[in-house]
Amino acid sequence: MKAAILVFPGSNREGDVAQALELVTGQKPTMVWHGDGDFEKTDLIVVPGGFSYGDYLRCGAMAAQSPVMAEVKRRAAQGVPVLGICNGFQIVAEAGLLPGVLMRNENLKFVCTDVHLKVETSQSLFTNRYQAGQVIKVPVAHAEGNYFADADTLKRLEDRGQIAFRYCAPDGTVDGTGNPNGSINNIAGIFNETKTVLGLMPHPENAIESLFGGTDGKALFEGIVEALS
Amino acid sequence: MTIAAEKNPPVKLPNEPEITPQIVAEHGLAPDEYERLLRIMGRTPTMVELGIFSAMWSEHCSYKSSKVWLKKLPTKAPWVIQGPGENAGVIDIGDGQAAIFKMESHNHPSYIEPYQGAATGVGGILRDVFTMGARPVANLNALRFGDPSHPKTRHLVSGVVAGIGGYGNCMGIPTVGGETNFHAAYNGNILVNAMTVGVAPTDRIFYAAAAGIGNPLVYVGSKTGRDGIHGATMSSTEFNEDSESKRPTVQVGDPFVEKLLLEACLELMATDAIVAIQDMGAAGLTSSSFEMAAKGGLGVVVELDKVPMRETGMNPYELMLSESQERMLIVLKPGREELARRIFEKWELDFAVIGHLTDTERMVLTWHGDVVGNIPIPPLVTEAPMYERPWTLTPLPPVLDAAQVPAPKDWNASLTALMGCPDLASKAWIWHQYDHLIMGNTAIRPQDGDAALVRVAGSQKGLAMTSDCTPRYVQAHPETGGRQAVAEAWRNITATGARPLAVTDNMNFGNPQKPEIMGQFAGAIMGMAEACTALDFPVVSGNVSLYNETEGRPILPTPTIGAVGVIGDIAKAVGSRLTQGGLGLVLVGETRGWLGQSLYLREACGREDGAPPPVDLAAERRNGDFVRAQIDAGRVSACHDLSDGGLLVALAEMCIAGGTGMEIALPKTDILPHAFLYGEDQARYLVASDRPDEVLAAAREAGVPAVLLGYSGGPSLVVKGLVSAKLDALRAAHEAWLPAYMNATE
Repeated sequence: MKAAILVFPGSNREGDVAQALELVTGQKPTMVWHGDGDFEKTDLIVVPGGFSYGDYLRCGAMAAQSPVMAEVKRRAAQGVPVLGICNGFQIVAEAGLLPGVLMRNENLKFVCTDVHLKVETSQSLFTNRYQAGQVIKVPVAHAEGNYFADADTLKRLEDRGQIAFRYCAPDGTVDGTGNPNGSINNIAGIFNETKTVLGLMPHPENAIESLFGGTDGKALFEGIVEALS
Repeated sequence: MTIAAEKNPPVKLPNEPEITPQIVAEHGLAPDEYERLLRIMGRTPTMVELGIFSAMWSEHCSYKSSKVWLKKLPTKAPWVIQGPGENAGVIDIGDGQAAIFKMESHNHPSYIEPYQGAATGVGGILRDVFTMGARPVANLNALRFGDPSHPKTRHLVSGVVAGIGGYGNCMGIPTVGGETNFHAAYNGNILVNAMTVGVAPTDRIFYAAAAGIGNPLVYVGSKTGRDGIHGATMSSTEFNEDSESKRPTVQVGDPFVEKLLLEACLELMATDAIVAIQDMGAAGLTSSSFEMAAKGGLGVVVELDKVPMRETGMNPYELMLSESQERMLIVLKPGREELARRIFEKWELDFAVIGHLTDTERMVLTWHGDVVGNIPIPPLVTEAPMYERPWTLTPLPPVLDAAQVPAPKDWNASLTALMGCPDLASKAWIWHQYDHLIMGNTAIRPQDGDAALVRVAGSQKGLAMTSDCTPRYVQAHPETGGRQAVAEAWRNITATGARPLAVTDNMNFGNPQKPEIMGQFAGAIMGMAEACTALDFPVVSGNVSLYNETEGRPILPTPTIGAVGVIGDIAKAVGSRLTQGGLGLVLVGETRGWLGQSLYLREACGREDGAPPPVDLAAERRNGDFVRAQIDAGRVSACHDLSDGGLLVALAEMCIAGGTGMEIALPKTDILPHAFLYGEDQARYLVASDRPDEVLAAAREAGVPAVLLGYSGGPSLVVKGLVSAKLDALRAAHEAWLPAYMNATE
């Protein structure tokens, strides 16, 4: 499986996701500089975390306008899977590949902590190695992860099974416990309609090795590899 | 620029004021220092020249009060590649890799403008480390705030924490450790000490010494603005009620630009274009250009009109003294300008050739072709003021008899209160605002161990790092306190299983012109030197911050020790969390029940007296080497050093962190129970082992005092006949204080 990781000025978790992908696939992913409008054919596009353009205008807003994102939108329309993590989720949402917005965390503070996530469905190329309802532990690290969408959009997302992950209690109860940012409906990650684009705030790439935060994120990357090879 | 022009006396700029005694005084130069300047220059200086002398001879840049003492610290070991004197210290960590690290204060700016002060403190120390070719891999912060009830404290905590997070998080460097204390002595003068650790190949380390006559001097990074002018001078004076008005001397940070600068510098460093590189920190362009030329024994011409400027109408004085952030000065090999320019333009950063090296040993500043400053470099360095200030050592206070200290009436209540006191309460509210996981190498997170542990990417090696100081000990007896700060840092590294390698020191003291303050400094250095020598723990970098006083009231003397160690196999490292039942709990080291200067004494009895616990360096070494060997042998599941609050607090911390209780009994002893449980005797560890008999046998063989106290398990911390505290209640007290304090309305 060939993966490309986009790099914007201010990206900073591109190395983490590259490390995770390499560990799982045995292959080094290609790093794609934001200024490059075109890049070689890949099986997966990753938009990594960070502070693209310093997050100075609105998180992800500037990066969403860069030449490389026009190409990403074109390929996403053709069905090339896109994984947006953290700032990558913000960029992908700003680019219109996913609905809704990521607002400032409810308590207005950056938060870095392990969270529990309930996997909502195993029926996607990103989550096929998990069971629906499974609880996993992965970290978050963001100041703007408070997902919001209007009622109609939210209903559509819920009805069509486009919610990928929800923040939950360690036992899987979804009642606001463990929601680190105030996200509506405890949403941590969503799919597009075809489930070929996944955006999520948590960092599965930082939960790959038992000595470094656990291994609950590994199945996400293994699932992608399995689905795409 | 011709040689003839260099010999011209500088021209005076329009509107340039006459140098008066008042202007000299405003520049922080004493009358005898100004006499010295006149002798060197042989004429009245221009304003920009005066500004340069003022900055270079400030306490901050010249170390004029501290230099004679700093020389007493041991700085050498076979693994030391670069000791003090460069941007940061460098040690060999094996496999062709080096750890590069330093700690630096940003105290005064952080008090005046907490967010920007702390943020630029982090930015500055990061630059010090990546200037040398290292990719930063971890940040730590040692913070001291005033009394929580002081009206400014909450605002300062909030701003400083947000500033540290705002900068480090955006840079993508994990903030993995540090310490936070509160004491009324810091009410008007908080301490923000920031430390960065980086890793570089040993054959790709970059230094500041310029070389190559004619080589281009290149400016990269942000444009220069009017921020931070005279920051170095500001931070070399005491505070008074006007200090708020000094806010414009605080710099404004832009971590996004620094991230670009980091990547661009590392990209350029991967080529062979660089001769020397130096970040523009305190005193900006002045100190960076000066130090590069001085270290290379060369001269330099700086064409100031070529410096990228953020504002119009800036003059040479402002350009030389601005402390605008995110800037670097580079000497390139000839002909490499275009290669370098392309890299910096790719990262959308300013790039300008602003001068060149000469053989004149003079710093010549030009402004649109006119010479506006012309200073001989060697005498400014060699004839810099250096003071042997009078000093009076603090006498050792009388030893406190534990029998004179009341025992707690209710043990559970006493422990619960202590676990929730500001100094011991959980600092999760702080470190949850720091990204401590980015880079995917954090093995021991904040509060999970005595030191943070970060994997060296692509290897099995781990770097352990910590920062430590117990200011109340230093205040009571600086020599003991200095010794203890070093010993505790060494112990914290050891408790993870790593081998302690070297130290960076951040000396925060009051006004050195007072003999008792200078005596605190001298005493602390003596103690530190002794401990560093005994523990093979050389000082490789450091920073001195003096004049930490407000209205004549000094801070507690605070020589913060940052330390780094290495473990060959990170899988062997241990944290301090007690996560399973049935483990034997072995107390290593001798307990005598030392309550003088203990936290129990201060928090429970409202007293801050007595002699601090003595530090037996031979015992430290012996006990530490023993514990490290037990960890290496795989006999240890968790390990915690005993420090603030003594044995009982250490036990409670292990239980709370790992969610497992324990039941122990005090050994047969003449020591009073409250002295045994709350005493702060040094050189002690608590080791949890599934094979305690083997640990005890090994201890007997090594001549190390060790005793089995009991076993882990259950929902409570039980000390037979004394304590029976539910972990849930202890945890609640431990975790509640800081969030409640920060969320309270003012």
